[in-house]
Parts: sequence; structure tokens; C-alpha cells
Amino acid sequence: MAQDDNDGKDLTVADSSVADHHDEAHPGTAVVSRDAFTDPGLVPHRKRVTDLDPKKEKHAERTVYTLFYLSIVGSIWAIAAYMLFPIESNNVGDVRLNTLFIGVGLTLALLAIGFGAVHWGKALMVDDEGVDIRHLTRGSDETRAAAVEIFDVANKESGFGRRTLIRNSLIGALIVFPLPAVVLFRGLAPQDENPVELLSHTMWKKGTRLALDPSGVAIKATDVTLGSAFHVIPEDLNDLEHGKLEEKAKAAVLLMRLRPEDLNELPERADWSYDGIVAYSKICTHVGCPVALYEQQTHHLLCPCHQSQFDVSNHCEVIFGPAKRPLPQLPIAVDSEGYLIAQSDFLEPVGPSFWERS
Amino acid sequence: MSTATTPEAPPTTSTAVEKKGGFTAAAANYIDERTSVSTMVKELGRKIFPDHWSFLLGEVALYSFVVILISGSFLTFFFQAAMTPVIYDGSYVPLKGIEMSTAMASTLDISFDIRGGLLMRQVHHWAALLFVASIGLHMMRIFFTGAFRKPRELNWVIGFVLFILAMAEGFTGYSLPDDLLSGNGLRIIDGMVKGIPIVGTWISFLLFGGEFPGEVIVGRLYTLHILLLPAIIVALIALHLLFLVVHKHTQYPGPGRTNMNAVGQPVLPVYAAKAGGFFFIVFGIIMLIASFFTINPIWNYGPYDPSPVSAGTQPDWYIGFADGALRLIPPGLEFVWLDRTWSFNILIPLAALGLFIVLAMIYPFIEAWVTGDKREHHVLDRPRNVPTRTAIGAAGVTFYAGLWAAASSDIIATHFKLTMEGVIHSLQFVVIVGPFIAYFVTKRVCLALQKKDRELVLHGFETGRIVKLPGGEFIEVHEPLTDYERWRLVSYTDYEPLMIRPNSQGRITVGQRLRAGFSRWFFEDRISPVTKTELEAAHGHHDTHHELDEKSAH
Repeated sequence: MAQDDNDGKDLTVADSSVADHHDEAHPGTAVVSRDAFTDPGLVPHRKRVTDLDPKKEKHAERTVYTLFYLSIVGSIWAIAAYMLFPIESNNVGDVRLNTLFIGVGLTLALLAIGFGAVHWGKALMVDDEGVDIRHLTRGSDETRAAAVEIFDVANKESGFGRRTLIRNSLIGALIVFPLPAVVLFRGLAPQDENPVELLSHTMWKKGTRLALDPSGVAIKATDVTLGSAFHVIPEDLNDLEHGKLEEKAKAAVLLMRLRPEDLNELPERADWSYDGIVAYSKICTHVGCPVALYEQQTHHLLCPCHQSQFDVSNHCEVIFGPAKRPLPQLPIAVDSEGYLIAQSDFLEPVGPSFWERS
Repeated sequence: MSTATTPEAPPTTSTAVEKKGGFTAAAANYIDERTSVSTMVKELGRKIFPDHWSFLLGEVALYSFVVILISGSFLTFFFQAAMTPVIYDGSYVPLKGIEMSTAMASTLDISFDIRGGLLMRQVHHWAALLFVASIGLHMMRIFFTGAFRKPRELNWVIGFVLFILAMAEGFTGYSLPDDLLSGNGLRIIDGMVKGIPIVGTWISFLLFGGEFPGEVIVGRLYTLHILLLPAIIVALIALHLLFLVVHKHTQYPGPGRTNMNAVGQPVLPVYAAKAGGFFFIVFGIIMLIASFFTINPIWNYGPYDPSPVSAGTQPDWYIGFADGALRLIPPGLEFVWLDRTWSFNILIPLAALGLFIVLAMIYPFIEAWVTGDKREHHVLDRPRNVPTRTAIGAAGVTFYAGLWAAASSDIIATHFKLTMEGVIHSLQFVVIVGPFIAYFVTKRVCLALQKKDRELVLHGFETGRIVKLPGGEFIEVHEPLTDYERWRLVSYTDYEPLMIRPNSQGRITVGQRLRAGFSRWFFEDRISPVTKTELEAAHGHHDTHHELDEKSAH
């Protein structure tokens, strides 16, 4: 068992030849053995073929300068390729050739320099091992004493330690002065917006027609055949001048038609569907990806980002994955012309959970 | 100096200063009188750098960062970081007439209307992927060889911060083109941020300048991506390399390599030639990949729209572990309590990743506390000689790899025709139990390798030569190791578990008990290096073998 508090009893230096540089710090629980092998010293240097055979040396030299000349060829080729393979027509093939040939030229230019320089270093430059002596990272005792002395003098001359009122008030001021900068960053978000209010409502309201995403063509109930799934936006979304994506990020809806007997509706939501047609928020309740994959046979919705699965026949409750809450349901009905309309906005915030949501 | 190779090359700096006349000498003198550069050349010019292939990993990281800076600067001249909607009217026909942000449209222009633009985009993206990958491998090299020990603990922390900043650079850059995938990435960040208690909703609004996605996020990320983060990264890299110079590079154990020297090649000329050449090799290989292989084809994804998303979406590889953590969390971990929403399905992954990162970052300090070793260490450990650390590292790598694989859970499921649930449950097992398995297997493998080393030192190499002794006994001749070969196998630091002893007040503190517990965990299973006496004893035991060994050796 190691004894870590024995004041360096075992601190025998294994190799006395380096004793003058020896780190006398505490070795902790390291075992310092008196019976260890001694370092046999550097392995004798081995000469390379280029050191021994003038022919090989000549060959290596030729290789290096040939590579450097090749690099020049590569660079010139890259410039030529810029002109020889322009992107002129609306032709993706042009882009491919332009990228490829400029790239090949640059690759040659770069790799030839690289391999040439490394080969020069490895085969031709003198490769004797050099040895640097290390010193402890800490400054020498004299240096440290001098540094301490400087701080002492500075302390005395400034009165930093003595005039505590000055010092402490300075520390206080230094702590407080960056705070305005933090406050300025409040401007990153608009001053007049209430996040909770905004997150709680979408642009769906009573009578808004359900329309196809992205065309905005309103959907008739009769268009929705059994087993089909529609990506839906509010009909007036495309008319928005501003904030279209923000509204769409909340209002996107999936519309599906199931056989009414497959649909297990909650009693309080019995009139939210129309003839087996149900509408659910498309924004995942986990972190907000669009739940875009509908499996027709099982009536499951799958989020492609983190694989949460929602069961449409069971009011979109989560059956697998990290999400917790079911997808919010949009109550729908049919207007006098046969178009699907919203009965109201969603009755709960859509999308990912947030702190103030409850 | 080699004279055979470049007779016409300018002479080295030292002779240039002495020599009268000549442009080089005049220029050197001019600069030195104004900068004292000769002092620096004298100090650093022949500085020794030990050599090993694994030391190149950090170089790859540095060089790919330079490539990122070069290609990124080119891109900034063409990219427009605005989210103002425009109707695309460039060369890529399938997207003509479609409304998209200026950022997306200018990225398409870079790809389809500017010669060499797509090449530079791909150089930038591939170099970024390589940057993070090489940092990761470099960190593993540092960890498994114990290069983080005193005096390099702080440089480990700096390197770790660089790793995190590199990922931040990657993510901000990934988000700039404002294509469908990058928008979805931001959506996920938004969802995660909103899950943070108390401040989450507000952070999301401050970040996006209002509701997601808003029209400011690309511009803000651009400032981070090309100004703030690169500036910090450059400063930290400078500090990282400064410490490298101050500490001198570590070296692998071997004959003549002690804790008090550095054995290798001098900066001028060999190291400069090899390292400088290696920069061009790294750049060239990135260029080769970028010429032939598409990366991030945003024209296939289209502009960001909150409604569609394609199946099989993947983040860039280095974000995978975070995305995987989100996927692996078991269902149902979100509650309403005190009229507030507690999203543990987001908080637990965040906390787990945070803990993982913090533990990795402070590991050098933990190990230093356990060993109590206050000496400097410049000779690296062979991973097998520190079985517990190596096993901890393997456990960490397994944990990370499990999370990383989880980011491709859907691809794994469709590709190998497995169920989604089966893949997720298997990966949950890998992430929770896998590290323990990896720990025990690695530790046993290390101990076995140490035993093999011991065996080699004590009995030499098996030669495969069977000899019949006069008495009729058959033995296999073993060839003893040379002094050099042996030194590599026996020169490692060996630690013993700490014995609990009362301190000067006669008390045994909780801290000491804890440290003793850790110390037992680290060093209970240990194989000591062979000593001289042991080797002699081994030879004494097999006296006849020994004689034969001697004969066959001579």
C-alpha cells in the first residue's frame, strides 16, 4: 500500500544522470523502485538509403523537384479549367465539370507541394535525432521571488491591500458596470410582444377554410377520400404580407379520413370531426418538427426527427418516442358550400412545450 | 545542414546575419533591427519536436481550420445573410420562381452561378467536418496516452473548449443557407430552448427576435459564425500552441526518452518541411474530396418551410450525439407541476450531455487528485499501462458512440429492415449498459497486454525453434530482448492504492476516505513493471534455458 504522506521517503532518483533537472515534486502514490532498469540511452542512429547510396539520393532529389513542377502544372490547369469549363447555360452538368476540373487542378497543386516537401524532409534533410533538455515549467525560485517582490512593491506603492475602501468600491464598480450591456440585449426580441400570448394562438378561427399546402386551394369534404392524408394550411395564409412562416409554423395541420368505426373519439370532442375526417396539428409536441409521415394502414403518424409516434385513431396520443402530449386537434366542420372549415382556433397551444404552458 | 540538395537555396538565418551584403542579409538585418526576430529564431529555430503519427491528429485539426478560414473568406464575399424573401431566378431550373430567403438564394448562386463557388462551398463543409473529427481524435490520443497530466491540464481544458466552439461553429454554419434541413435544425434548437424552465421561452424569443423562425436568426448566426466564434477560436488556438511551446511536446516512452528531455527533429529544417508539407497534404485531400463528393446539396432540400420535412433527416455528424440523446429518452417524461411545464424529455438529455462534457473536461484534475502525483509528466503512457484510465476512456467513447448512432436510428431501421422500436431499445441498452461492458473488456485487455509484455521481458521472444537437450527433453528456444526493446516495456509509472492514514490531528477525513476509494478503483488491479531482480530470478529459474538463450543470442 502506498503511503502518500511520508515526506518523500522513497524519493530516490532512478537515473542519477538527470538529477540536476529532477522534478522534486511529490510523486503521490507512484512507486519509485530502486530495482528498476536503467535507460539504455538512444538507439544508435540508422542511416537511410539516401544517406548511403548516391543514386537513391539523386532519385529522391528528382522526385522532389518533379513534384514541385507538377504542382505548378496543377495550378495552371486550375486557372485554365476556370476558363475552359464556364457555367454559362442553365445546365447543372456545367457546374459539375467546373467543380471537378478546377478541383482536380487545385488538388494536384496542393498535394504535389505537400508530398514534395514531406519527401524532402524525410529522405534528404539530415535526420539525426536532436535532444532538447526540459526544465520545470515553473519559474526558478529566484524568478518567483522577484515576481512576489514586484507584487509586494506594487501593493505597497498603490496601497491596494491597505486602502480597502478604495479596493472594494473598485471591485463593486467593476462587477456592476457590465450590467447595462446585458440589459441592452433585451432589444433582441421586440418590446411589445407577449411570448405566451403569441405561442397560445394560431391564425385558425371560426370559419377559416382548410386549404392545401402550399397552393392554398380550399378543400371540400368530398375531396378527402378514405385513407388519404392532406397537408393543410389556413386558406388566408398565403394572403399574409408579413409573418407567413411564423404563422405557418403554428397553423400547419394534417387532415386524414378514417373509417368512422376506426376512430376512437373522446366524448367531449365527438363533434370535432366530420364523417371520419379529423384535423391535427402537424407540429410535434416534442421539439416542433413537422410530423409529416402518415402510415395509412395503422393510422400512425411518425415524426421524422425524433421518431415520436402518434395514434390518429386514438386522438393522436403518443404511442412511442420522446414526445409526451398528443397532437392538438383542430375542431372542424363543413360550410354550406361543402368546404371544410375550422370551428375555432386550437384550444391549446400547439408545438413544443414551454415553461408557461400548462 | 544538408548541402547536397539545394546549393542555390538561400542560406539559413544564422549565416545570413553574419554574411555581409546580399539582399537576404540586408532584409534580415532590417527586420531584426526593428523586431528582434533573431532572438525568436535562436530560441525556436532548432526546437525539438518528437515525432509520431498520432501527433499529426492535432495538426490535421489546425490545418483544416486554416482551410476553413480560407474557403470561408471566399464564401463571405458572395453570401448574403438576410432572410428577406425573394423569388429565385438563378440557374438551377427546378427552383426557379420559388420564394425563398436571400440567404438561400445567394447560397444557390454560389453553387450554380459562380465558377468554383460550389467547389469552395464543398471545401468549406468537408473541412468543417474534418475539423471537428480531427479534434475528437486528437482528444482521444491525448486522453489515452495521459498527455493531459501535469503540466498540461489547462491546455486540455482549452482544447476542450475549442472542441465545443468547433461544434458551435459547425452548427451556426449549417444553419446559414436557410434550407429545409437547416431550418429544421433550428426548429429543434428552438424546441429544446423552450423546454428550459423559467427562461426558455424568453431565450427563444430573444434568439429568434420574436416568434420562430422570424427574419433575423440567419443574420445573427452569421455574426457569430464569421466574427465572434472565429475570433475566440483563433485566440484559444494561439494560447493552445503557446502552451505547447512552453511545455515542449510530449514523447512516447522509448530508450533515451526521459521526462527531462525531448527527442526528435528540429523545427528548422526537418519539422518545418514535414509539418508545412502536411498542411498542403491535408488541404489537398480536402480539395480532392470536395471535387468529387457532394456535401449538403441544399438544392435538393429546397427553402425552409415549417411544414414539410423529408424522412431520414440527419444533422452533421458532430451534432449527432445531441440529437441521439433526444431520441433515446424514454416516453412520457413531461409533467405539469405548479401550473408550469417541466420538460424532462429535454432536460434529462441536456443534463446528461452537460455532465458528460464536464466530467471529460475535469478528468485531468480528478486523476491528479487520485494519484496525488505532483510531478511533471512528459513521457506518454502506453494505454495498456494505465488500465483503469483506458477503460474509463473506452466507456466514454461507447457512451458517445451509442448516442451518435441513435441520431441515425431511423436510417438504421429502414436500411437493415428493423423496427424503429427495436433500434431505439437496443441503443438505449448500448448507452446505459454498453459503457460498463466496454469498461470491463478494455480493462481486462489492458491487463492481458501488460502480462504479455511482462512475459516478453522475462522470457524473451518465442523463436519457434525446438531443441532436444542431451537428456531427451524438448524445449523451445527463447530469444531475450535487447536492452532497447526491454526498456520500452518496463519504463512506466506504476501507482499503488492509497493507504488511509490519520492526518496530523489524528483524524481520517471523508476526503481521504473518498480518495482512497478512488485510488483502490484505479490501482487495485495492477501489473508492476519487471525489475532487474525479477529478470535475474527468471533466468535463474530456467538455468538451462538461459544458457541456451545466451548461446542462440550470440
